[in-house]
Amino acid sequence: MFSQDRWQEIFETIRKNKLRTILSGFTVSLGIFIFVVLFGLGNGLKNSFKEFFLDDATNTISIFAGKTSKPYKGFKADRRIEFDNSDLEDIKINFPFFLEYITPRISRGAVVKYKNEYDNYTTRGVAPSHQFAENTIIMEGRFINTLDINSNRKHAVIGRLVAQDLFDDENPVGQFIDMGGIAFKVVGVFQDDGGDNEERFIYIPYTTRQQIEKGNDKVDQIIVAFKPQLGRSGAVAFEKKLRKFLKEKKSIAPSDPNGLFFRNLTDALEQNQQFANVLQIIVTFVGLGTLIAGIIGISNIMVFVVKERTKELGIRKALGATPKSVIQMILQESILITTISGYVGMIVAVLLLKNIGDGLEDYFIKNPYVDLSVALFATLILIIFGGIAGYIPAKRAASVKPIIALRDE
Amino acid sequence: MIQLKDLHKSYQMGNSSLHVLKGINLDIKEGELVAIMGSSGSGKSTLLNIIGMLDLLDEGSYELDKVLIKDLDETKAAQYRNRFLGFIFQSFNLINYKTALENVSLPLYYQGVSRKERQLKAMDYLTSVGLADWATHLPSELSGGQKQRVAIARAMASEPKLLLADEPTGALDTKTSYEVMDLIQKINNQGKTILVVTHEEDIAEMCKRIVKLKDGVIVEDKKVKQVLAAQYV
Repeated sequence: MFSQDRWQEIFETIRKNKLRTILSGFTVSLGIFIFVVLFGLGNGLKNSFKEFFLDDATNTISIFAGKTSKPYKGFKADRRIEFDNSDLEDIKINFPFFLEYITPRISRGAVVKYKNEYDNYTTRGVAPSHQFAENTIIMEGRFINTLDINSNRKHAVIGRLVAQDLFDDENPVGQFIDMGGIAFKVVGVFQDDGGDNEERFIYIPYTTRQQIEKGNDKVDQIIVAFKPQLGRSGAVAFEKKLRKFLKEKKSIAPSDPNGLFFRNLTDALEQNQQFANVLQIIVTFVGLGTLIAGIIGISNIMVFVVKERTKELGIRKALGATPKSVIQMILQESILITTISGYVGMIVAVLLLKNIGDGLEDYFIKNPYVDLSVALFATLILIIFGGIAGYIPAKRAASVKPIIALRDE
Repeated sequence: MIQLKDLHKSYQMGNSSLHVLKGINLDIKEGELVAIMGSSGSGKSTLLNIIGMLDLLDEGSYELDKVLIKDLDETKAAQYRNRFLGFIFQSFNLINYKTALENVSLPLYYQGVSRKERQLKAMDYLTSVGLADWATHLPSELSGGQKQRVAIARAMASEPKLLLADEPTGALDTKTSYEVMDLIQKINNQGKTILVVTHEEDIAEMCKRIVKLKDGVIVEDKKVKQVLAAQYV
């Protein structure tokens, strides 16, 4: 297989049949090129989809309080339900099996000032674990921590756009801002993939918010995160138990549809996953399709090449070439050509994808890429099928009697 | 050199079978120059193909240089062809993308001769047919006579025991034909056994023995006084 003489003979054949070589090489290059580019663009589509829909943590259940619609246990209907800190503790104690973390959220609007700049922003009183629920990304400084909560510190973590609006080029961390007449120290700046609105929030410790509001312990909204390994059925079971537990605690009729509202993100997650799966199927299908087209292309070329060489092979056989050496020659040649041109096609496609980068973000294609292993695998498949496609006609040509091959004009 | 005994060959044509060779007995000694003549359909090409191991016989026996040629698979046939036989075809059958030199060295490649030695040897044979200056030319740049001389050099290169020429002058004009025959006679005079299939009387006259075939049997087998091609060149 590695005799130098044989390779020399093959290189000579390739060099002297440039058109044939270029034709078959181009087919392979094109096949790989299209496969890698389409696959990469498909991956880009998936990426932007993920960014749109999978911004927040998806293992969370948000609980809101509302008004009851049925009388129960001596309470009248139309009673307003409110959460407080004890609810947080009770959930923590009663559901350790399901619970990953829990955080309250108290949203209030406020006029926020720094030096001469001011604007209206929404502040959110939260616990440290809120960072996971929203996938908040800290750019500078830190998020709210347990110490902030325990000592009701007047610390604030501001969104990227808040920092931009109020501070211009100044570093906000360590500066004091005026929020509704109360001075808060900025301890961090965050960004959020969820969009501009999410970057206009200001996070403060929920205990600080409660202290400002005359020291009450009320909470607007509770966000609980379940352990992801529970899956969808676990999440549904958790939601059911949680609802029962809270209704009992707040004395709400079990049949009352109002009073408590749950928003379970698993449903959304399920839908998004399904959509992502469909995208994945489309991407795979497109990839397989182009790969098959490439295989058919290289097969055609190989059949044509061997057909064209029938006479030459007959001459070689009359001069003493064994069938084995004829097959070997054709196979080695085709594998050499497919390997080199497949590699070239792959490299060009990968470079193109790299160049595109985020240039197509307007068309919902973000960071198109292909795993090197996928590209290599596709190249390998083409080489193998190119080999098979060459082997079958080569075997036939090698077994044709030389006298018939020579007659073939 | 060659011993054919009661050779039969038929071809299957759909339902009917065509009996082409009907019991050929032929004995050719070393150093002979034999013309095989016959009209088309007489079976002369089939006979040459069997002798050339390009085709298989149905019945009878074929001995080449005291080796019984039978039960040939493709690989064995290829090896025998490479060791024993040199072919000259009517249509030259040069590989069109290889130079004259490369064409001549091809049988040596299949003998496993090293590249350097191959080229030296091929050059020798090209020189012996008077085409040393054309070594790097492609077949398309050569005239018909030159092509046939390259083909003869190629057939000689593997130093075969037997040269088989199938209508070697069929595609050439008279003058070039005689030049080629002159070359064949010279090679024969050096002791090489040569079989020439032809239907041209004047070409046959230039051999030392004429075997005439008709309808698959030998109808005439005579020694002749050789006409030297050199006098026409």
